[in-house]
Amino acid sequence: MDKIIIKMKKEVREKIIEICNRFNNNPGELINVLHATQDFLGYLPAEAQELVAECLHIPTAKVYGVVSFYAFFTMTPKGKYPISVCLGTACYVRGAEKILDAFKKELNLEVGQTTPDGLFSLTCLRCVGACGLAPVAMVGDKVYGRLAPADVKNIVKEYKDLEAANA
Amino acid sequence: MDTVKLTIDNREVEVPKGTTILKAAQKLGIDIPTLCHFELEGLKVHNRPGGCRICVVEVEKRRNLAPACVTECMEGMVVKTNSIRVINARKTVLELILSDHPADCLQCAKSGRCELQDLAIRFGVRENPYIGGNHEMSSYQVEVSPSIIRDMNKCVMCRRCETMCNEMQTVGALSAIERGFPAVVSTAFNQHLDHSPCTFCGQCVAVCPVGALTEVDHTSKIIRAIADPTKKTVVQVAPAVRVALGEEFGMEPGTIVTGKLTAALKALGFDYVFDTDWSADLTIMEEGTELIARLTKFLAGDKTVPLPILTSCCPAWVNFFEHQFPEMRDLPSTAKSPQQMFGAIAKSYFAEKIGCKREDMISVSVMPCLAKKYECSRDELKVNGNPDVDYSISTRELARLIKMANIDFTALPDEKFDSPLGESTGAAVIFGTTGGVIEAAVRTAYEVITKKPLPKIDFEELRGLEGVRSATVDVDGLKLNIGIAHGLGNARKLLEDIKAGKSQFHAIEIMACPGGCIDGAGQPQHHGNSDIIKARWEAIYRADREMPIRKSHENPSIQAIYKEYLGEPCGHKSHELLHTHYFDRQTTVEVDVDKK
Repeated sequence: MDKIIIKMKKEVREKIIEICNRFNNNPGELINVLHATQDFLGYLPAEAQELVAECLHIPTAKVYGVVSFYAFFTMTPKGKYPISVCLGTACYVRGAEKILDAFKKELNLEVGQTTPDGLFSLTCLRCVGACGLAPVAMVGDKVYGRLAPADVKNIVKEYKDLEAANA
Repeated sequence: MDTVKLTIDNREVEVPKGTTILKAAQKLGIDIPTLCHFELEGLKVHNRPGGCRICVVEVEKRRNLAPACVTECMEGMVVKTNSIRVINARKTVLELILSDHPADCLQCAKSGRCELQDLAIRFGVRENPYIGGNHEMSSYQVEVSPSIIRDMNKCVMCRRCETMCNEMQTVGALSAIERGFPAVVSTAFNQHLDHSPCTFCGQCVAVCPVGALTEVDHTSKIIRAIADPTKKTVVQVAPAVRVALGEEFGMEPGTIVTGKLTAALKALGFDYVFDTDWSADLTIMEEGTELIARLTKFLAGDKTVPLPILTSCCPAWVNFFEHQFPEMRDLPSTAKSPQQMFGAIAKSYFAEKIGCKREDMISVSVMPCLAKKYECSRDELKVNGNPDVDYSISTRELARLIKMANIDFTALPDEKFDSPLGESTGAAVIFGTTGGVIEAAVRTAYEVITKKPLPKIDFEELRGLEGVRSATVDVDGLKLNIGIAHGLGNARKLLEDIKAGKSQFHAIEIMACPGGCIDGAGQPQHHGNSDIIKARWEAIYRADREMPIRKSHENPSIQAIYKEYLGEPCGHKSHELLHTHYFDRQTTVEVDVDKK
């Protein structure tokens, strides 16, 4: 019940305020504001939600309600290479679960988690519309189709090598 | 007025346009079961999400079943409320709700008063074919705060608490979160109530149909305290309790049970049974003196005097302005609430009188309120960590204690409060309802300022149940502008006016609960029946009229304590014991100057 002062980096604070202003601080634009904020930060930490609530003059509980309702909004940072396995109908019947399990094993992650080094995160998707290539997984915007569980190791290696090359 | 004619269960009824099927059926005496629906007509509280689907009915020519609580009647509509299709659907809806609800009725605080339990009984549920919820049912921890216990596993998403918190109280601590089985109504980030803007007004508890939101229960602590031979137990009872406690024992709403209440507390074994009304008179002396001092300065030309003065006896209201308007915390009176003034006097003046050490006295209050539990835990209301009031229990907990001790409440003979902290006036008892505190203050302020007797003791212009009221009281030529609000949403309106510089008031009385303390969160639940609130409201003023003395400053016991112990109102000793200060509790997001 004591006073809570949330500290935030100047650039982050200014950016969020700018986003809210862009939408006229209209509470009806909450989802658009959150979308833009997540685009900027990569995720929606509690502090960002408190600031959005303050700017739009709505309770923080309402902002959190929207964030927790939509699967797209996340409160944990995604990995640098976010991996999404499609579990839509076509992919599912062509073994998407086995692909998911292979990723889980290779990265030592549960769905929704991020590796400690911040490189990879694992989520599930519903149909991405590439059913001809089922089963499908996406890493960032890149689509990998016709996957077999054995391919998973190579995909992960591809990004680990990319990371090492850029280091 | 435009009306429509429709048929419900083969009976014709005519209703104004816009009436729901539920209301139209009620007119015919047909009781369609509901769950999420909640309305309190007199106080303009509505919760109509149409979400639970318990109230579905069959409407001819409509493909799906219609939720009666939100579907408007149309001309020529033909409705069936108990066809086989409806009965089956209702039962299925209930079974689905129950499949995501713990089955621990026997240990649940709401057992016997639970609306979900009532439906299960009414629909004859004997088994549940749906186990989906039990597999995926998310587990929420039971959370205990000073006033409210939250067990979100029991939440049925009726949204009543959300409606009260956001629309009625405009506090905004609660919202629907998550999706699917884990969906519940909770705080931001599902964090502890202590870290949210929650004021502990408890109105969420007052409307929750199930055991998801209940009050913190101190009954076992009270029993232990009474049983402890080394401790002296002192109890005080608030005004609103005496016009409502009888309801828990089947008495008519609005029966004044002061005498039986006193007898019950003595039968329970409290060493001293005193009256919060006594300290309400004391509060008027202190707050009235403060009001007069500020007014005098203001009228003499000092424009820096903090006005309007705001009453400060409601802890949920205090919490509200500390969270939402902390920049205005020089406006409220510095006087403590009657509960706290009583505790301070009990553990100093009275403890000394009976030769009892402070730590050996257990001071208990019986309140219509849940915020009072939070209030007595505030650090500045303790002396070296020892609280002035150890425990505050609600009207409902007292009823439980009385039943536990198999005391036949309705058969008790009337008894009187003990002395010297039991004598009070009619001005004190009206503290229990909206408008009462300020009327009591005006009765005293008038005679102190004018040095003349009051021409009329009743100030009808300050009474009523509208959310925001105003009146000008003529104090022998001086026009005193009084504002009154009950329900925190209405309080916010008045505070925004003050912030904008538009306020014309000299004094404002605020109560967080709609109706004032008579509809406090600790009172017997009325489940939406506003007649009960009306009855309690009338009883408060009846109790006032029946008192021999009706002005706080004429209370001989109060005059005595100033003479014997305190000296002058707002004097040095009073400031030490009976006045307090407030804090800034607002959450803000600031720039971190250290982080790069």
